Amino acid sequence: MKKRSDSLFELFLTFAKIGATTFGGGYAMLPILKRELCENRGWATEEELLDYYAIGQCTPGVIAVNTAGFAGKKLRGIPGAIAATLGVIFPSLVIIIVIAALLSGWTENPYVKNAFAGIRVCVGVLVINTVINMWKKSVKGVFAISVFDLCLILALFTKIPTAALVVAAAVSGIIYCSVQGKKGKEERH
Amino acid sequence: MIYLLLFIEYFKVGLFAVGGGMATVPFLTELAEKRAWFTVAELADMIAVSESTPGPIGVNMATFVGFRTAGIPGAVCATLGLITPPLIITIIISGILVTFKNSKTVSGAFSGMRPASAAMIASAGITVVIMSLKNTAGLFGLVDIKGLILMVVLFVLTNFVKQVKKLHPLCIIAAGAVIGILFHFAGV
Repeated sequence: MKKRSDSLFELFLTFAKIGATTFGGGYAMLPILKRELCENRGWATEEELLDYYAIGQCTPGVIAVNTAGFAGKKLRGIPGAIAATLGVIFPSLVIIIVIAALLSGWTENPYVKNAFAGIRVCVGVLVINTVINMWKKSVKGVFAISVFDLCLILALFTKIPTAALVVAAAVSGIIYCSVQGKKGKEERH
Repeated sequence: MIYLLLFIEYFKVGLFAVGGGMATVPFLTELAEKRAWFTVAELADMIAVSESTPGPIGVNMATFVGFRTAGIPGAVCATLGLITPPLIITIIISGILVTFKNSKTVSGAFSGMRPASAAMIASAGITVVIMSLKNTAGLFGLVDIKGLILMVVLFVLTNFVKQVKKLHPLCIIAAGAVIGILFHFAGV
């Protein structure tokens, strides 16, 4: 069933195309991944893709990179994972470097200054909206709300490193779930 | 060695940012404070450009931060730093996908990490909001009224009006740019 076209370069190119046509990351990427990987290439079934995606959300790092890694690994092993991941970041590197280089010459222009002052207000709203969406999706129940509140207070008012907060939250999640699990078992007895 | 530092700092981001591109933002506000490679205002500009260009937001921001800090080699180092941890993790767990998915320890860890990630993005968001309102202040550094009005209007529109809710962030950012120019948000 394996087509001869799934060379490392082909992997790189396909994921470069996915990177170049994705706007905004996250869920916006799913339909493009489906079209390229499932329909056009037959590299992954839709079920596998949803699995990659779900696990991508549950592992650290950018979801697009995780998905590329899983698909690449499945097709061509570790070199495949590397080729697919490099592919997905390649367009970003080129596009952003060009834009950043262009912008740096214009920072003193009054139009650009005013535009970015307006844009910064929008960015604040966009970040807060991201939090609202995350809250609706994953902050449910007493435990999650307590973690959210505690982390927000610590992040705002202390200098505890963000990474340390993430690790502490992970550990408390593991402890909480194992305690809950034991409680459940005892109740059944 | 700025390149190595960029790689290491971004390696940490790649290892600890959970839940997509925006989850890298709290690490970046922290970096703005710790390393002074860029200001929070510049960070907001980088978020805006990363949201408005193709490619995953987290990767776009890594490239931008790296380029701002140390040119093209910096962009490459930061981006490679970001993708190395997920790449390694992906290669390791791809053999045990099902075990990983059903593991109680993993789901427990994530039940703690997800709300923590949301909280830290909220904290970073508050930092950006305060910066953007101060930045546009016209009088004696007080909270800028123009900025505050735009913020409230945008917040209401993007959360409660169906047609606006569905719009891509790019449209919101473009609107912000036009309003910024029309009403002289930077005061120039």
